[in-house]
Amino acid sequence: MISDTIAAIATAVGEASISVIRVSGPEAVQEVDAIFKGRIPLQQADSHTVHYGFITDLATGEKVEEVLVTIMRAPRSFTMEDVVEISSHGGVVAVRRVMDMLLQQKIRIAEPGEFTKRAFLNGRIDLSQAEGVIDLIRSKSDRAFTVALKQVEGKLSRQIKPLQQTLIETLAHIEVNIDYPEHDVESFTSELIKEKSAEVMKAIDELLRTANEGKILREGITTAIVGRPNAGKSSLLNALAQDNRAIVTDIPGTTRDVIEEFVSINNIPLKLLDTAGIRETMDIVEKIGVERSRSAVNEADLLLLVLNSSEPLNADELELLEQIRDRQVIVIMNKIDLPRQLDMDQLLQYVQEESIVPMSIVNEEGIDRLEQAISSLFFGGKLEAADMTYVSNVRHIGLLKQARQSLVDAYEAADQLIPIDMIQIDVRLAWEQLGEIIGDSAPDSLIDQIFSQFCLGK
Amino acid sequence: MSYMGGEYDVIVIGAGHAGSEAALAAARMGCSTLMVTINLDMIAFMPCNPSIGGPAKGHVVREIDALGGEMGRNIDKTFIQMRMLNTGKGPAVHALRAQADKFLYQHSMKETMENEPNLTLRQGMVDRLIIEDGVCTGVITQTGTTYKGKSIVLTTGTYLRGKVIMGELAYESGPNNQQPSLKLSDHLRELGFELVRFKTGTPPRVHRDTIDFSKTEIQPGDDKPKFFSYETESSTNEQLPCWLTYTSGETHQIISDNLHRAPMFSGIIEGTGPRYCPSIEDKVVRFNDKPKHQIFLEPEGKNTSEYYVQGLSTSLPEDVQLRVLRSIPGMENVKMMRNGYAIEYDAMVPTQLWPTLETKRLPGLFTAGQINGTSGYEEAAGQGIMAGINAARKAQGKEGLVLDRSQGYIGVLIDDLVTKGTNEPYRLLTSRAEYRLLLRHDNADLRLTEIGHEIGLVTEERYQKFLDKKSKVEREIERLRKVKVKPVEVDELLASLESAPLQNGTDLLTVLRRTEVGYTHIESISPSPEELTEEMKEQVEIQTKYAGYIEKQQAHVERLKKMEKKKLPEDIVYEDVKGLAIEAQQKLAKIRPLSIGQASRISGVTPADISILLVYLEHYNRVTAARG
Repeated sequence: MISDTIAAIATAVGEASISVIRVSGPEAVQEVDAIFKGRIPLQQADSHTVHYGFITDLATGEKVEEVLVTIMRAPRSFTMEDVVEISSHGGVVAVRRVMDMLLQQKIRIAEPGEFTKRAFLNGRIDLSQAEGVIDLIRSKSDRAFTVALKQVEGKLSRQIKPLQQTLIETLAHIEVNIDYPEHDVESFTSELIKEKSAEVMKAIDELLRTANEGKILREGITTAIVGRPNAGKSSLLNALAQDNRAIVTDIPGTTRDVIEEFVSINNIPLKLLDTAGIRETMDIVEKIGVERSRSAVNEADLLLLVLNSSEPLNADELELLEQIRDRQVIVIMNKIDLPRQLDMDQLLQYVQEESIVPMSIVNEEGIDRLEQAISSLFFGGKLEAADMTYVSNVRHIGLLKQARQSLVDAYEAADQLIPIDMIQIDVRLAWEQLGEIIGDSAPDSLIDQIFSQFCLGK
Repeated sequence: MSYMGGEYDVIVIGAGHAGSEAALAAARMGCSTLMVTINLDMIAFMPCNPSIGGPAKGHVVREIDALGGEMGRNIDKTFIQMRMLNTGKGPAVHALRAQADKFLYQHSMKETMENEPNLTLRQGMVDRLIIEDGVCTGVITQTGTTYKGKSIVLTTGTYLRGKVIMGELAYESGPNNQQPSLKLSDHLRELGFELVRFKTGTPPRVHRDTIDFSKTEIQPGDDKPKFFSYETESSTNEQLPCWLTYTSGETHQIISDNLHRAPMFSGIIEGTGPRYCPSIEDKVVRFNDKPKHQIFLEPEGKNTSEYYVQGLSTSLPEDVQLRVLRSIPGMENVKMMRNGYAIEYDAMVPTQLWPTLETKRLPGLFTAGQINGTSGYEEAAGQGIMAGINAARKAQGKEGLVLDRSQGYIGVLIDDLVTKGTNEPYRLLTSRAEYRLLLRHDNADLRLTEIGHEIGLVTEERYQKFLDKKSKVEREIERLRKVKVKPVEVDELLASLESAPLQNGTDLLTVLRRTEVGYTHIESISPSPEELTEEMKEQVEIQTKYAGYIEKQQAHVERLKKMEKKKLPEDIVYEDVKGLAIEAQQKLAKIRPLSIGQASRISGVTPADISILLVYLEHYNRVTAARG
């Protein structure tokens, strides 16, 4: 009934020991086998056996990751389809490499809740659980939607939109040539198709290059450091960045008012938001501080609120505390080396005691406690935004590669003088694939483009 | 005084391009059929352009013909020019277009209908429908006659509360000053149907002898005309050329100076006009950077001097129209015979229809053509034949016939209408089809003749001929796959075609896949043992050459079909499906899609909603199965 093969990361990203990627569908064994190098081919393996080996890159022949692969054949699996589970080293990089290789096979990334959906549709889960399945799909989709929405507004979208525009104008032009052959519109030639697809291909290559360098499609738990001026925000950032491996600094192409810093704490990737604002604007923080904090608060998965324990809470801080009541927050009570003026009872009205970490950042005291607090939130399952972002990023890179391939096909076809209505198929595919990244490729928009770009009529 | 006019299986109201196909289809499927129309002289009348076909539209005519309809045969009998368009592009978008002798076209269609044994033609205006127990069972005319029918097909074109507008003048009228249908519109509203107001228009007609053709470019027909119908083998029709000229700077000035008198801009017109068919005043305003627009002068028939001025659709006042015409090179001294005008009319919101074109609100009532919000003769005829087929099948107690988006442009057209609706008169474009490469002009018979035969519209003789063609093409492709050639056998040929020499021996099919090589070249090396017609050779070539692209699309279609096969029960209450987004709930409840596939094409229904529907459907099926 269900014909394609899907994959998804089954464990939370960043978990220290291992990560599991689950593959399900009729071609699961065959497709994983194609990139697996072990003692015996997986296709000859018995069901419910575990195999040691490597995931390899077919293009280069290199070993990508050391893995353990478990085979579970239909119907004795969670989804009642053939299932392959790949256990790799933990951490973002390892999982992503394996995922990248899988998606180059005849495997697509699973939709939210799709494993459970398949388990249900294949009769694995009984009726009483149907409602749970629906809830799962709904909530996961809503979450993915929120993430997607951020991306629509974000810089990736700003980079993709012009490419999509070039392609839709190209498509409209081709369509007018086809549907209005006698209209006095310039003929769309093979040369033009080559020119346009090369132009977009080049831009995609640039995107992919930066993506591979990890500079643009970074993943991590979006973390905002907030607090009033002089509370110690920039010291905290520096401390975290020094103490931990800073993955990337200064992302090109971003607008200067939001700069992101990536750090990894106990293998948990954090994307520190708005740090430039905090770092560079000590003097004007008064003017923009509260505003900036607010917007950072809205975007973040995790908030690090820095309070100066040597001063009482002020009105701005109380307002902020009120605003973040229901959020994942760690309160840093900084400057514990100074006499305490902050009213603890007042603070406890807003946050729980276990979320409060006493620190003296200048004396490098308490950083380990903070890292511990972040870890326990993460592994306690309270933070999960990162893997949504992560998954969607793998998806984006996959789509970018597909779009690129479609354009290569279009270019080559044009070179062989294949008729334009056939080349159009590949150009259109590229347009749809780019649209899928930013959630915008309604079929009707092409018709709209045709009529707004050209004057047609009888 | 009311009296009983008779009982029929199928009653068709209207005799335009939708009505005539519907009536013929129903009658030929063995149903006693009545066609009622306001004016019997207007059967298959072309109130606008005297042409049929073109991209997508021509494809529809081929599909109608493959199903056993009349439009293709009728235009083959009455054309005065035939041209294959897009020949420089791929085979999928080759499109035949004919100029019709519009008067002969009508007469010929009327004659065909008069000679159809099961079909009764009757002049009359239908004012009301008869409803019994929520089912449509007949019609009542202006004169009080009652006709009873098992299925009723409504094809009112632009007659429904039609209003002609020209400058400051506006009056109730059908096209070309025909009587409009006024009461039926109110009646449909009373019955609870949602109607919208659409607008379309037509250009002026001018006298041939007042055109200076020396200032225009000639546009002749093809030397060897092709035909729309798979049955037409030859024709002796004489061809007439069309002529091309352009608007001038003066034209645009006259229009700009008189915009305040244009109903489009003065507010007299309330209906929504189509973007793809703007009036000349619309073009001048919206694309004011364009220095000139194309104008085609097209003869309306052999025995008339009237010429249709394509590109000049307008509702400007009469005096302005004349000045506009005379500002165009070649028409400085032209005599206008008929004014251009805009026409407003009522149409049904087409999401009120099932994919069979039966209304959801009133079982037994079908609608087709412009009443469903489309524009164009071909779009009307395509719906007409489907409505006729389904009305007949309903009357015979059979299941409805629905073509899907991979089977034909007719399928694309109807699916778009009933699933998405339309907020302007809908014109078919090849770009509306996802599977353009499969929906070719050349393979309409391969797609649809089987179906046409099964439902009883395609004669046994024609069907046998079709089977013969199909198997010969298959055998020839198989043969080419088996015939191996060595480089030395084909290198001379390849060199003459500037195609790279072969490295190794291969089969002829592989050689034919090369861009430079045609079937005639292959034939010169290894002729087929069977006698193949040009049409068959063309099939062999197309199916071989573009196999890669065709297979790509075919793979998509297989996925589509799976989703189309998952049927949604009619009694599903979407408000009860937990987890659906509110927007999806409302849209689904309104459209009531028949399958998961159709549901997924409704705008506002997301993939997550579809997942939830699938889970719900499985749940529903298990519960239903458990109940036995």
